Amino acid sequence: MRFIRKTRYEQDIQLVKHNGQLFWFGLLLLAVLTGPLWLDRFLMGEFALVFIYAIAGLGLMILVGYTGLVSLGHAAFLAVGAYVHAYFLTLGLPFPFTMLIATLFSALVGGLIAVPALRMTGIYLAVATLAFAVIVEQVLVHWVSVTGGFRGLAVPKPELFGLNFAGPTAFYFMCLLLLLVCLWLVLNLLRSPAGRAMTAVRDSETSAESMGIHIARTKTLAFALSAGFTGLAGALFAHRLTYLAPDAFTIITSIQLLLMVVVGGLGSLHGVIYGAIFIGLLPQGIAIFRDSVPPALAQIPGLEPAIFGLILILFLVYEPLGIYGRWRKVRLFFEEFPLYRKSTYKRQKSFLRTERLH
Amino acid sequence: MSLLRAEKISVHFGGVKAVQEVSFAVERGEVFSIVGPNGAGKTTIFNLISRIYDCTHGQVFFDNEDITTVPTHKIAELGIARTFQNTELFEQESVLSNLLIGCHVHRRTNLVSELLFLPAVRRQELAFRKTVEDVIELLDLQSYRDQIIGNLPYGVRKMVEIARALCLQPRLLLLDEPSSGLNPEETDDLSFWLEDINQELGITVIMVEHDMNLVSQASDRVLALADGQLVTIGAPAEVQNHPEVLRAYLGD
Repeated sequence: MRFIRKTRYEQDIQLVKHNGQLFWFGLLLLAVLTGPLWLDRFLMGEFALVFIYAIAGLGLMILVGYTGLVSLGHAAFLAVGAYVHAYFLTLGLPFPFTMLIATLFSALVGGLIAVPALRMTGIYLAVATLAFAVIVEQVLVHWVSVTGGFRGLAVPKPELFGLNFAGPTAFYFMCLLLLLVCLWLVLNLLRSPAGRAMTAVRDSETSAESMGIHIARTKTLAFALSAGFTGLAGALFAHRLTYLAPDAFTIITSIQLLLMVVVGGLGSLHGVIYGAIFIGLLPQGIAIFRDSVPPALAQIPGLEPAIFGLILILFLVYEPLGIYGRWRKVRLFFEEFPLYRKSTYKRQKSFLRTERLH
Repeated sequence: MSLLRAEKISVHFGGVKAVQEVSFAVERGEVFSIVGPNGAGKTTIFNLISRIYDCTHGQVFFDNEDITTVPTHKIAELGIARTFQNTELFEQESVLSNLLIGCHVHRRTNLVSELLFLPAVRRQELAFRKTVEDVIELLDLQSYRDQIIGNLPYGVRKMVEIARALCLQPRLLLLDEPSSGLNPEETDDLSFWLEDINQELGITVIMVEHDMNLVSQASDRVLALADGQLVTIGAPAEVQNHPEVLRAYLGD
């Protein structure tokens, strides 16, 4: 076990808590920064996808993991980001600029969605966000002059000062850089009052309100931030797809995004990354699975969503803390060996909450 | 001038008249207790003051300002902090983060500066931490600082909730049954801390309480309530022996 001697309040604020973290995160950073040296073209593309998922996951984690609001419609924000980005690119604006527009516009849409969504929680909110996603999908289909409808929209290559950022290495680094920036922003959010207000709203609205937290404003903010990050991921995703069509942003995508944060571990940023790796690589896993089983089984339509759904249910039932929760248990087991008690993480039922006043 | 004044406040839930035309005034620096049998409307009065419920009739004044219709989250900014009967802490967070949320009303930074964690935010965090540490020291919570609320025993949670309310640096503290679920020693400690909070920090306290020992030890004046109606207001001993109060508790 590691015991940290604390002598300054700053130690609880700084992002790197001890040298062990510095070492391991440094090593990880070094590994991803030297990625092009040890990854082939295909894997580099897959890693870039994982980074994109992670950015979207950060957005969804703010909403689901930290503010406690469920969204089944995040594919819509991904779509908004992707389409806005592509649309302004075709107008000839430089891509960092269109990316910014895509992020801000998604955040705006998220903020507007929050207004009706404020009155809902739990399953009702999930259904409302689902409905929103369907509306966005229909808009993408029917607003042909902007989105190209079913014909789709070609995404121009990202170019700046004559340099092409579409190559695998450049794209890999662009996604990595943006992921690092987003991670830093979210980490900052979580150690400052706005982020604490979100967790307060998640854990007890009554109490948060009596601590002077404006519930509606906090939720709106969470929606807007969440949509903004997801929109940015959408802009990057557009380049990955190179050709946008409405069927790239369906309910399946929304469920994948939700699956990512739940499987990774709700309420932790580690979880986002684990979840992104999981979701990014799962389709490859399913493809391998399809190759290795008899064709009759491999040809079943809807195999992929079924597997996604099954995994989501299994995690909810057996490991609600996700991959990160499991990892913490394994780590504790080794740290405390041979004194680890199985009951350490046994969930306690709590009957101590005041009846809901709202 | 009194710090808090309730003028004929009533609240009706459909046909249930939970509180009927109750008036009282709490002076600055006072410890004011509200007693009464179960269902008398004590907590409802708290919910009216802290604006969780709307008054059906009547008005509440805090520091001569009409707070009957201010939004709920503004109450904390005005300087009124409260605790809840069965504790309403942020279960999945550490004691430290819970107390830091108590400092939220003193937030002076905006979202953008927080996302970038500008020096002003860092300074503010350190100032918040200082406030929190002072409260931790006052209530002897040092050993629980980094523990998750969900893992703490009930008595400690109660104290953490009081601590969180103190982090607001309020002028008025509303304590809803602070001693419920505490053992006798903890209750003794509580009356000692109440005195500290009241005298050293100069915070006016209103508490709903069943433990008559604690009430008579700690409070300056007591309001007795029965069936949503005011029975009497007076010194603890007076109220305890008031025939109407005895009838409310014991029946005829």
